[in-house]
Amino acid sequence: MMYVMLIYQGPALERQAALPEEQQKQVYADYQGINQTPGVTPGVPMGLPENATTVRVEGGKTLTTDGPFIGMKEAVGGWFILEADDLDAAIEVAARVPAARYGGAVEIRPSEVYW
Amino acid sequence: MVGRLDQVFREEWGRVLATLIGFLGDFDLAEEAAQEAFAIAADRWSRDGIPGNPRAWLMTTARNHATDLIRRERVRTAKFRLLAADDRAEVPMNTTLFPDERLELIFTCCHPALAVEAQVALTLRTLGGLTTDEIARAFLVPEPTMAQRLVRAKRKIKAAGIPFRVPPAHLLPERLDAVLAVVYLIYNEGYGGRDELAAEAIWLGRALAELLPDDPEVRGLLALMLLLDSRREARFSDGELVLLGDQDPSLWDTEQIAHGRAELDRALAQGGRGPYVLQAAIASLHAEAPCDWAQIAALYGRLGHLTGSPVVELNRAIAVAEAEGPEAGLRIVDQLGLDDFRYLHSTRAELLRRLGRIDEARDAYRRARQLTDDGPERRFLERRLTELAT
Repeated sequence: MMYVMLIYQGPALERQAALPEEQQKQVYADYQGINQTPGVTPGVPMGLPENATTVRVEGGKTLTTDGPFIGMKEAVGGWFILEADDLDAAIEVAARVPAARYGGAVEIRPSEVYW
Repeated sequence: MVGRLDQVFREEWGRVLATLIGFLGDFDLAEEAAQEAFAIAADRWSRDGIPGNPRAWLMTTARNHATDLIRRERVRTAKFRLLAADDRAEVPMNTTLFPDERLELIFTCCHPALAVEAQVALTLRTLGGLTTDEIARAFLVPEPTMAQRLVRAKRKIKAAGIPFRVPPAHLLPERLDAVLAVVYLIYNEGYGGRDELAAEAIWLGRALAELLPDDPEVRGLLALMLLLDSRREARFSDGELVLLGDQDPSLWDTEQIAHGRAELDRALAQGGRGPYVLQAAIASLHAEAPCDWAQIAALYGRLGHLTGSPVVELNRAIAVAEAEGPEAGLRIVDQLGLDDFRYLHSTRAELLRRLGRIDEARDAYRRARQLTDDGPERRFLERRLTELAT
């Protein structure tokens, strides 16, 4: 199974910034650990949601708005691809993402072939 | 004959379906094949009698049908997209030795990535063999809603890659809790008078105890359901609710009480001290006349420690009221923040009534009535209110 793992930061970035240096290093190390986990293809690093631009097309007209599609806190903060045997294995990797334990979340989406 | 047929179907549906899912790797295909096999069996067996090994017969017929379905699908689709089940169906299935994969099935149905309503519906459909229509009626939702719920759940199992297996040791306790919660939820849905759900839950509880004989909580849950169910005949009189204190003990099912206590004893001997074992111990004390309310209160105290649940505390208050008087019970009730819980208000009402504080009792009964849907419980509250008005 191939899964797209979407990382939602929620309040995690602020909470991590307030941590003692030692624990902040642990957060970086944990993300590095995720990237090196067998089956993981890291996504390219994403900038902050406030620097995002959202594009929609309505009636053939392109509408561009400032910011992420939804609120800052609810926006996707990062992603990676995971090749895992099943959902239980994906849940275990998701639970290791620091955002998940600092008030954010990880959404697991099975990848799909649409065309 | 029909009775015997029903019984065979009842016993075999879950097992046959579980094995087919394990073999085919596809819920829908397995279900369709099992349905076809059972339909053929219903027709043929009522004419020619039940074969010596009905399970092997059903399994072989279902498997052949599944193979047909796959072939037809392959011809029908222009693209030769391989179904996951394709290769496996070509492998001859050993029709004399079937693995029992009901545990795999129930853990898959009760996976936390599925919504609880979906877990319940799927468990009843696959293991219980209830039809979609029966499940819809039991949960008072329209049949298409329930059908949709089942379709969506099966689709998610497939698309999200929910594994068909008994969870490994480090996940087992948590996942087993989810399974037990689903079974008990089904039981509780039946407790208000829908007997078929209660019976279904007990049936599932028995199957679980058979599959996981060494787990005291599994046994505790079975004991709990048996003991609660043993008083079913006494809990209702002409469709109206009868409280424990007013029940006629001669209506209790003594055989089932003995059965429940035997399961409880085994759970205790296995070292069980978990929430279901404690609740079963309480239910066992309830099935004694007169009740040892002080001991029941103590057990609720231990259960409350374990679960931190205010509902358990409410039950402790009821036991304390019986053991030490309504005032002591009311003191506990008034510290609980369960304002939207109908049983908090019905309990308060009852204790206030016993204390002769009629106006307050009436208010509390009204609040309870407000929170209660139509049915025996609501009619009981109405009766109490009428009594207090005179």
